[in-house]
Amino acid sequence: MGTIVANISHLKKSFGDNVVLKDISFKINKGENLAIFGKSGSGKSVLIKCLVGLIEPDDGKVELLDSTVSDLNNDELNALRKKIGFLFQSAALYDSMTVRENLEFPLRGQKSKPQKEVDELVTEALKNVGLEEAIDKMPSELSGGMRKRVGLARTLILKPEIILYDEPTTGLDPITSKEISQLILDIQKKYNTASIIITHDIECARIAANRIIMIKDGTSVAEGTYEELAESKDEWVRSFFK
Amino acid sequence: MSTGLKTSNDLNSEKVTTPSENSYVKTLKGFFEEVTLLTKFTGRFFREVIRPPYEVSEFLKQSYLIGYKSLPLIAITGFIMGLVLTIQSRPTLAQFGAESWLPAMVAVSIIREIGPVITALIFAGKVGSGIGAELASMKVTEQIDAMEVSGINPFKYLVVTRIMSATLMLPILVIIGDVISLYGAYIGVNLKGDVSFDLFFVKIFEKLVFTDVFPAFIKTFFFGFVVALLGCYKGYNSSKGTEGVAEAANSSVVYASLMIFILDMVAVQVTSLFT
Repeated sequence: MGTIVANISHLKKSFGDNVVLKDISFKINKGENLAIFGKSGSGKSVLIKCLVGLIEPDDGKVELLDSTVSDLNNDELNALRKKIGFLFQSAALYDSMTVRENLEFPLRGQKSKPQKEVDELVTEALKNVGLEEAIDKMPSELSGGMRKRVGLARTLILKPEIILYDEPTTGLDPITSKEISQLILDIQKKYNTASIIITHDIECARIAANRIIMIKDGTSVAEGTYEELAESKDEWVRSFFK
Repeated sequence: MSTGLKTSNDLNSEKVTTPSENSYVKTLKGFFEEVTLLTKFTGRFFREVIRPPYEVSEFLKQSYLIGYKSLPLIAITGFIMGLVLTIQSRPTLAQFGAESWLPAMVAVSIIREIGPVITALIFAGKVGSGIGAELASMKVTEQIDAMEVSGINPFKYLVVTRIMSATLMLPILVIIGDVISLYGAYIGVNLKGDVSFDLFFVKIFEKLVFTDVFPAFIKTFFFGFVVALLGCYKGYNSSKGTEGVAEAANSSVVYASLMIFILDMVAVQVTSLFT
């Protein structure tokens, strides 16, 4: 068994009377891709935002890379966040910046890096996602799939130990979805990163994940590999694999 | 045995709450909640502004966008303001045979009041709404969250730089606007008269005193501060998707304009204590 890089225990979150996360617990090992699978509105995005402190959970514990997120002050949390990549559903590229500036932005805290080294990092990150030619384009000039790739390149530039993917294939055609899922797998193999993939795309989970956790109404109802879950006795679980 | 009918005593003892009372309470509660959040937001600005690291390049970029890019609009409106004020004032002064007072009267009006207030209102319309819409749009498209998860402090990068730029740029714009406005006034005076450039400015500086210029200049820092503060506050805390973007842009201008008049009223009261 590998080193545990993320340990989430008994996570709970409500918004007023709306209970989004009832009790979620899971662990993830170094170099493992875990897919959190569930229908839209099942609390997957809230879960992933709780992990990086964008949303404060009501109860439970989030341990990432041996740090308990709720115990960290702002500076410590920012230092931890630099070791964790986050790919947003919309890619969240900075509209007013070119692709190059988008990729350089997370390196701002590392002023000591000479420009030549920064350029090399940007080129390498774009090469990883096959978009070297888009370096001087504005986000508005990119297609949905390209935006996701650039978002992923921006995530990779800090060489994170854990990458969180929020619906990486949403809004993309089946072929581009497959390419993005394959890219997630390639990144895992190349950098040995651990990943949490929030998705409702079972094909993405099949291609990219080593393990899948299924969420229903804010609780995890099933866990296993794609093949194990496809043959689950639970009809609700099985229904996603038909 | 109860008959189910209520006596007048029963009715008097019940607390009757009408729907309109409920809405007043709700509005009042909402107002105080908003004031509390705005106070916290302002407090955070003052904490973050002194803490390193300083986002110098973003501050300079914003100063260029907020200051330099607003200059043509301020210049045109300033010129028209001076010209129109002069043309409108002439007949009244002529009735009292006081046309020679026209340059001084227009200058005092422009420098003390009209210049700072009108420039600040135009600034609120252009810069305040721009900041509100930009930050709200960044919030809606998760760009602010993306900065946060990259370990960059979005408040410092987006809010502090914009507020500092607007606070420092508006006074400069007001000075430039006032000068162009006075030039407009000079043109206005000469439409129906013949006053040399030198005489026009001699007449102005005969009447202008330190207490006309200094308080008017100081209050523009506060105007710039509230315009950007409210724009940032509304944008940074926006929600409800594209509707929220429109609401942030709109309310930034409305509240900033209102605050400019309130601050102006306070400034007049404070100035009158020393004159």
